[in-house]
Amino acid sequence: MPSRQLARHRRYEMHEDNLAIVSEPATTGASPSSAAPLLEIRNLAKAFGRTSVLRDISLQVAEGEFLTILGESGSGKTTLLRIIAGFESASSGEILMGGERLDQLPPYRRRVNTVFQHYALFPHLTVAENVGYGLKVARLPKQEVATRVEQALDMVKMTAYAASKPAKISGGQQQRIALARALVNRPRLLLLDEPLSALDANLRRQMQLELKSLQREVGISFVFVTHDQEEAMVMSDRIALLRMGELEQVASPREIYNRPATAYTAQFIGHTNLLSGEVKDGVARCCDLSWRTGLRDGPGLFSLRPENIRLAAGTGSGSRVRFRGKILRQAFHGATELLQVECADGLALSIRTASQENWSGDVDLEFSPADAVPVRASEIRPAREQI
Amino acid sequence: MFSRAYRAAITVPPLLWVAVFLLVPYAILFCYSFWSVSSSQEIVHSWTLDNYRQLLQVNVYWQTLFRSMWIATRVMIFSLFLGYPLAYFLSFHAKRKDLLYQLVIIPLWVSYLVRAYAWKTILGSDGVLNTLLQYVHLTRHPLDFLLYSPFAVVLTLTHIYTPFTFLPIYAALEHIPRNLVEASHDLGASPFQTFWRVIFPLSIPGVLAGATFAFVLSLGDFLAPLLLGGPSGIMISNIVVSLFGAAYNWPLGAAISFCMLALVLGLLFLSESLEKKWSFR
Repeated sequence: MPSRQLARHRRYEMHEDNLAIVSEPATTGASPSSAAPLLEIRNLAKAFGRTSVLRDISLQVAEGEFLTILGESGSGKTTLLRIIAGFESASSGEILMGGERLDQLPPYRRRVNTVFQHYALFPHLTVAENVGYGLKVARLPKQEVATRVEQALDMVKMTAYAASKPAKISGGQQQRIALARALVNRPRLLLLDEPLSALDANLRRQMQLELKSLQREVGISFVFVTHDQEEAMVMSDRIALLRMGELEQVASPREIYNRPATAYTAQFIGHTNLLSGEVKDGVARCCDLSWRTGLRDGPGLFSLRPENIRLAAGTGSGSRVRFRGKILRQAFHGATELLQVECADGLALSIRTASQENWSGDVDLEFSPADAVPVRASEIRPAREQI
Repeated sequence: MFSRAYRAAITVPPLLWVAVFLLVPYAILFCYSFWSVSSSQEIVHSWTLDNYRQLLQVNVYWQTLFRSMWIATRVMIFSLFLGYPLAYFLSFHAKRKDLLYQLVIIPLWVSYLVRAYAWKTILGSDGVLNTLLQYVHLTRHPLDFLLYSPFAVVLTLTHIYTPFTFLPIYAALEHIPRNLVEASHDLGASPFQTFWRVIFPLSIPGVLAGATFAFVLSLGDFLAPLLLGGPSGIMISNIVVSLFGAAYNWPLGAAISFCMLALVLGLLFLSESLEKKWSFR
């Protein structure tokens, strides 16, 4: 890791000593495979005028990987995608594809295709002409264009609409065509800019699964941009969480959920309780709760997922942290119920349990110390930093 | 949503205006085109098709109409060739869009007459151009085809109507979603391919509207040929003007006017339906 990067980390890590457990620093995306990455982004930064939108982005995408760039609006995720596609140029840093510089090529020479947020289908061309556009401008023989367009339409089950104009088909259908139009060119990398955001919830869930299985089938690397953390979890091999122009954490969905590196990650992905306390002599203390920990002395911040706090049964084992809480509120979430509990010292916690009507009164609760994941406090920066 | 009185208050005045000052005069003119003039220079109010018959039989009317159409066609082509690149540059590549846009619009605030006279002083035998050409010894004598010729008329009308061609083309180009251009580049099309396969097809409604403006406005123009056209640059409107003036043959003038009106309406209808065919939203 470059020393400059290390220094920047040190600046906002409150107590680095406590971070021994946290696996990887946030900004290095470890590739899951040992082979050379398909796409490598090195120390990329982007500023519009004096407004910095991306800072020090280093990220790798492996061959055949489904990587999701997740972030709130204004986090710079779309800008990052546009830089990879070539519609914007980076202010500094470089992008390599298969070991060769990609960022110096114009977009029409990159073996990268994009599925646009609003599909961007050509309104004057039919569905088939839209899909065949890339092959036609590449001057492929007519017969081959026709065959491949047919295959691509078949892949997205849109053969029946080949002669329709885009204005005559539905949003979900347009989305399939946009996908077919990009994939028919057999790109090495497919970029998807919130392609599902315009679809209604049910269609959206269906498309998430379809898209994922399609990606497996074609074996092309996908870089998928979304603000929806659930979508990211369902579809991705890895998630790159972007926050205010910097990578917060890059990890598999399971890891990012179970071992969030920062308080921001823990709160953005899923639901969590943040416990702020003190570590002294191998014991973490937070209000009335205490448990043994391997961390060194100093202040500590822990993420405890609501589903990891359980109703205590029997006497319980000594390794679990037991405490009593008073149920304040409950919210019905279908399969589960989210309870708001107040413990001694006024500590308020969310707890996920099986659904049941009329939770009330005092309950005995417990959690395993291993589920209290130490996290870095996230530095609070202005949304758009001036440089 | 609005009360009847309110709707009447805002719609009746303009409708009345159009009726009194446009439809009624047209109706009167239409009647005139079936009347005739007696030898004692009086309008004879008896119905006849003589005026239209004369129109078909007298060559000078036909020739002038064809010349007018040929001039209008050239003006249309030249203003498209000037207006399109300008609009394209402004819409897609210009940094100071608003400033350049204003620069295109400003000439429209200058009186038509002033602009026509300006060309007269430029093209005349003692004009700016001839003086310059002789000064640099490119020519020995003033070039006399510059002024009082169809050339002068085409040049002046092109100058005057290019902004009218530019505006609808510019509007059409501005309406092309930029992500379509990005999508085209993304799919491997070079800027040149993108222009011919995406940008130009989507700007066709603007081109049609602009071409119609230039053609129709030029076809009916009478000041430019009057000031700069000379005998060889006479257009059909000059004939109408003289028939309503010195020649005092209102019925024939009305008949020619109605033929032109029919021609123009046909063109507008045609361009409208073509525009519809080429718009996809």
